[in-house]
Amino acid sequence: MAAPDELAFHEFEEAANLLAQTPNETTTRSDQLSPKGHVAVAMDSGASYGAEDEVEENDKTVLLQEEKQQPGFWTFGYYQSFFDVDTSQVLDRIKGSLLPRPGHNFVRHHLRNRPDLYGPFWICATLAFVLAITGNLTLVLAQRRDPSIHYSPQFHKVTVASVTIYCYTWLVPLALWGFLRWRKGVRERMGVYTFLETVCVYGYSLFVFIPTVVLWLIPVPWLQWLFGALALALSAAGLVFTLWPVVREDTRLAAGVLLSVVVLLHALLAMGCKFYFFQPLPPEPMASPHQATSQPAATGLPPTLPRSVAA
Amino acid sequence: MAEAVESPGDPGTTTPRPLFAGLSDISISQDIPVEGEITIPVRSRIREFDSSTLNESVQNTIMRDLKAVGKKFMHVLYPRKSNTLLRDWDLWGPLILCVTLALMLQRGSVDSEKDGGPQFAEVFVIVWFGAVTITLNSKLLGGNISFFQSLCVLGYCILPLTMALLVCRLVLLAEPGPINFMVRLFVVIIMFAWSIVASTAFLADSQPPNRKALAVYPVFLFYFVISWMILTFTPQ
Repeated sequence: MAAPDELAFHEFEEAANLLAQTPNETTTRSDQLSPKGHVAVAMDSGASYGAEDEVEENDKTVLLQEEKQQPGFWTFGYYQSFFDVDTSQVLDRIKGSLLPRPGHNFVRHHLRNRPDLYGPFWICATLAFVLAITGNLTLVLAQRRDPSIHYSPQFHKVTVASVTIYCYTWLVPLALWGFLRWRKGVRERMGVYTFLETVCVYGYSLFVFIPTVVLWLIPVPWLQWLFGALALALSAAGLVFTLWPVVREDTRLAAGVLLSVVVLLHALLAMGCKFYFFQPLPPEPMASPHQATSQPAATGLPPTLPRSVAA
Repeated sequence: MAEAVESPGDPGTTTPRPLFAGLSDISISQDIPVEGEITIPVRSRIREFDSSTLNESVQNTIMRDLKAVGKKFMHVLYPRKSNTLLRDWDLWGPLILCVTLALMLQRGSVDSEKDGGPQFAEVFVIVWFGAVTITLNSKLLGGNISFFQSLCVLGYCILPLTMALLVCRLVLLAEPGPINFMVRLFVVIIMFAWSIVASTAFLADSQPPNRKALAVYPVFLFYFVISWMILTFTPQ
C-alpha cells in the first residue's frame, strides 16, 4: 500500500502513519465518530454529557465568531443574521416545540445556538389575529342562539390581543434573561442563554396555542378546558425542559421558584385569553312549543349576557 | 495606434495609410464644427420630454398617471409573469385602494367606542404597516426586491379584495339571511385566492428557493386579515 512518504500532506503525519499501518482503519474511525456524535446528542442529560456538549459548543461558537465579523447593530446586515433560517428549519423548530421530550433541550437540540426572530415574531402575530378572529366568531355563534345579543366586529380586541401577546413574548424573556444573568454572577457554574434564545423558546412555545384557540370554538365547556389544559401542559413542559439544565446548578429554592413562576405566568396568559376573548355561550333556546311555560325561567339568564358580552 | 507608432520607420514599403495620419494638421476650432447641439438621439428625446411635461396641460399629466395606474390594475387582474409592477412601481394605486377600503370599512360615528368595526385610521395602519412589515421580512430573509417595489405589489394586489368589498356592500342591500352570508363568503374567498395568486406571481421569484414559504406566509396572513374585515363588515 502507499508508503507514508508518498503522501503529499506532510502535516498530517499522524494520519499518514495510520494509513501506512492499517489502510482500512480510517474509514472505520470516521464511521465510529459520527454515531458517537449522534449518541452524545441523544443521551439523557447527565453531568458528563453536559460538560462534553458545552465544550463542543464553545469550540464551535468560538470558531464561528472568528469566521464572520459581527456587523454593527445599526446596519441592516446585523438584523439579517437573525432571519437566517430556511423553511425546513422553522418547521423543525415548530415540531420540536410541539413535542417536548425530557432529554431534549430545545435550545441545544433545535436551535443549535442559532436563534432566529422569524418564528417568534410571526407566531405571535398569527396568535394575536387568530385570538381576535375566533373571539369574534364565538360572538357570531352566540348571536345565532340568542338574537338579542348585538353582534359587532369588535375591532379593539385585535389591539388588545396583539399588545398582550407581544409584551408577553418580549418582556418576560427579558426578565428571565436578566434573572439568569444575575444568578450566574452569584453562582459561576450556571449555564446561561442569550436573550434571543430565550425569546425564541418563548415564541415557539406559544405555537401550540394557535390550534387550541381554533378548537376553542367548539362550544362544549369541558372540552374547552381539556384543550386548554393540554396546550398549557405541552407549552409549559417545553419551557421547563429547556430551563432545567440551566437552572439545575442553582440552589433548589431558586430553581423551584423560577420554574414555578414561569409556569404560573404561562397559565395566567392562557386563562386570561380564554376569559377575555371567549365568553360562555347562552343556553340553547327552547325549540318546542310545549315548553313555552318554562321560557320565563330561561329568559332570566340571557338579559345579563349582552351586558357582559359588550363589555 | 500600433500602426501609427511602427510605420514611420518604413518609408519604402507599401504600408496602408496609418490611422489618424493627418490628425495633427487639423485645428479643432476651425475645421471641425463644434457649434450646435451635440446630442445623442435618445438623450435629446428625453430632454424634450422633461421640458415639455412642465408645459403640458394638467389633464395630460393626470391622464398619464391614471393610465399607468390602470395598466397596473389590469396586470393584477390578469396575473402573468411580467415585470411591469416591479419595473415602474408607483404608490398611487395602493393609496387609492387603501383609502377606498378604509372609507368603506369604517364604522359610523353613531356607534359606541368599543364595539363596531375598525376606524379609518385602523384600516389605514393595518394596510400600510402590514405591507411595510412584510417587505422588511422578505428583505431580511434575503430577497432581492427593493422596498418600494414590494410595497407597490402588495398594495396593488388589494384590488380584488376591494372589488369583493363593493360586491359585499351591494349584496348587503338585499335582505339578510344565510344565503346572503354564503354569497358574501364565496365572493370573499375567491377574491382572497386571487389576491394571493397575483402577489405570489410577482413576489415569489425574488426570494431564495428554500425560503419561499417563509416569505409567502406573511402575505397570506395579511390578505386573510383584510378578507376577515371585509367579511365581517356590517353596515350600521
